[in-house]
Amino acid sequence: MHIVVCVKQVPDTKIIKINPKTNTLDRRSAPAILNPYDAHAVQEAVKIKEKTGGTISVLSMGPPQATAVIKKSIEIGADRGYLISDRAFAGADTLATSYALSKALERINKELQVDMVICGKHAIDGDTGQVGPGIARRMDIPPVTNVIEVSEVNLKENTVLIKRKLTNGYELIQSELPCLLTVEKEINDIEYSPMTNMIQAARYEPVIWAVSDLENVERTQLGLKGSPTIVGKMFTPPRPEGGKRLEGSADGQVGQLMEVLKEKKDLFTLQSSK
Amino acid sequence: MNLDDYRGVWIFIEQNGSKIEGVSLELLGAGRKLADKLQVPLAGFLLGSEIKPLANQVISYGADEVFLIDHPVLKNYRTESYMQGVMLLAQKYKPEIILYGATPNGKDLASAVATDLNTGLTADTTMLDVDVDNRLLEASRPAFGGNIMATILCKKHRPQMATVRPKVMKALEPEYGRTGKVIEEKISLQEEDMRTKVLQIVNDVTKKANLAEAHVIICGGKGMGDVQNFQILYDLAETIGASVGGTRDVVEAGWLPHHLQIGQTGETVTPKIYFAVALSGAIQHVVGMKNSDLIIAINKDPDAPIFDVATYGIVGDAMEIIPKLIEQFKQLRIEKGGEISYV
Repeated sequence: MHIVVCVKQVPDTKIIKINPKTNTLDRRSAPAILNPYDAHAVQEAVKIKEKTGGTISVLSMGPPQATAVIKKSIEIGADRGYLISDRAFAGADTLATSYALSKALERINKELQVDMVICGKHAIDGDTGQVGPGIARRMDIPPVTNVIEVSEVNLKENTVLIKRKLTNGYELIQSELPCLLTVEKEINDIEYSPMTNMIQAARYEPVIWAVSDLENVERTQLGLKGSPTIVGKMFTPPRPEGGKRLEGSADGQVGQLMEVLKEKKDLFTLQSSK
Repeated sequence: MNLDDYRGVWIFIEQNGSKIEGVSLELLGAGRKLADKLQVPLAGFLLGSEIKPLANQVISYGADEVFLIDHPVLKNYRTESYMQGVMLLAQKYKPEIILYGATPNGKDLASAVATDLNTGLTADTTMLDVDVDNRLLEASRPAFGGNIMATILCKKHRPQMATVRPKVMKALEPEYGRTGKVIEEKISLQEEDMRTKVLQIVNDVTKKANLAEAHVIICGGKGMGDVQNFQILYDLAETIGASVGGTRDVVEAGWLPHHLQIGQTGETVTPKIYFAVALSGAIQHVVGMKNSDLIIAINKDPDAPIFDVATYGIVGDAMEIIPKLIEQFKQLRIEKGGEISYV
């Protein structure tokens, strides 16, 4: 069983600041981390490998310093790491990103046949969730998104049983292998890494590929050139006027609010329980 | 690609066999405005098994045309079968804009279709408009963790596509006598060719419905200090019959499970009354609750942006204000001798 997990280095959006004058990100204000959903994707691959055996590879696209998230993935339990890094990839939207990653996956597949690809549900800096299904289409394998449980992997039948989250509940899906999963956080808990993993991660040097290392690449489909979407403008939405500020002491404010609520007969009523 | 070959605004009508998803009706409302501006027909497209009876409803909610594909293999949503249907329709009729609800299935379908049509797709849009001169869809969404809005354009590829968050657009009042065209297309699909099977669909309403359908929601933010302090929110919730939710920060901190997160990457809610307690009001949170009927903000910081969206604001410490509210509501119940119920 060969599982490839796609991971992304993202700024920690909980901490990132925006320059209010230029409406641009102050990237230096946020530490770069492994996208949290991707950490769960790696963890799930580790859980599957415990049952089936095999190899876990991680793949990322980004600048050279993105090797940090590959090392982090090795710490969680991945065996190998690949980074595609080239100026030609820069400025890619989700379409160009899935194209570049699928070209790297083609090469990985030649080295060792891929049985499953796992991605996080989305990256916290883009929040789109579009790259995973895009990769699946380009590899012509079925995508199963929003996965909350990998219930069974049957290597004899070459199938996998999956729970997929829906708006109101979940569905149980059987898919042929190879397939691509995108995982929710609730799929697992990240476990503490054994010391041996940490040592291995510290020493690990990921394979780094440039565009020229990949085959049959149409350069017009890469990076900014290959991206149909552009950001037209960034703006802070106009601040609404806001409502009424209640004044006075805590008791006074609470009292005013209660008076207001009592008048809202269109919202709620008090019914006699008798 | 000749952009002028593409005309019309299309809405993906998501259904579960008997019922159309709310977000699809909302998108017919939003799409109606875009189609009128562009002076083109608005169409809904419907895929499934035995779904023809739903076509009239699509028209009554604002569509001029309904494209439908009815096939047993389309009974349950699957990426591979549904995308074949959408590809067939999109390549034959060439709409300039296609909108999908940002539901698990809508997002999944749109991502696959965008890849095969080699076109742009904007995720989780919360504002829609068109630039009439250039016939460009302006799809705006919170970006970078939700502290700023970005307008995404797709200038040189068609159709222009976006997924749109549920409960942010408004559906039109249905007009049942409204007439429109129903166009049916045939597709050839074989169950044996499918690589995925839906074995079972489990509706688990206990977990989700309490937020989506709650009349009153009390949402706590990181300003609550720690998870123990959430207890007073549960106490208030119990007193007035409300549900408790949290912001992204609170969920990231592990104080609440993910299904109780309100905002861009969590639930979008529209209760009668929304208490925003000790939360600042980041854009990514506000898009998930701003359509609530009455918003009451309680925050220590008088400059917190949440006061801009609140109907009523109380500047103060939640740990002091909330117990007083509980006391007042309890008193009210004693005076009136009854339970609170919501209209």
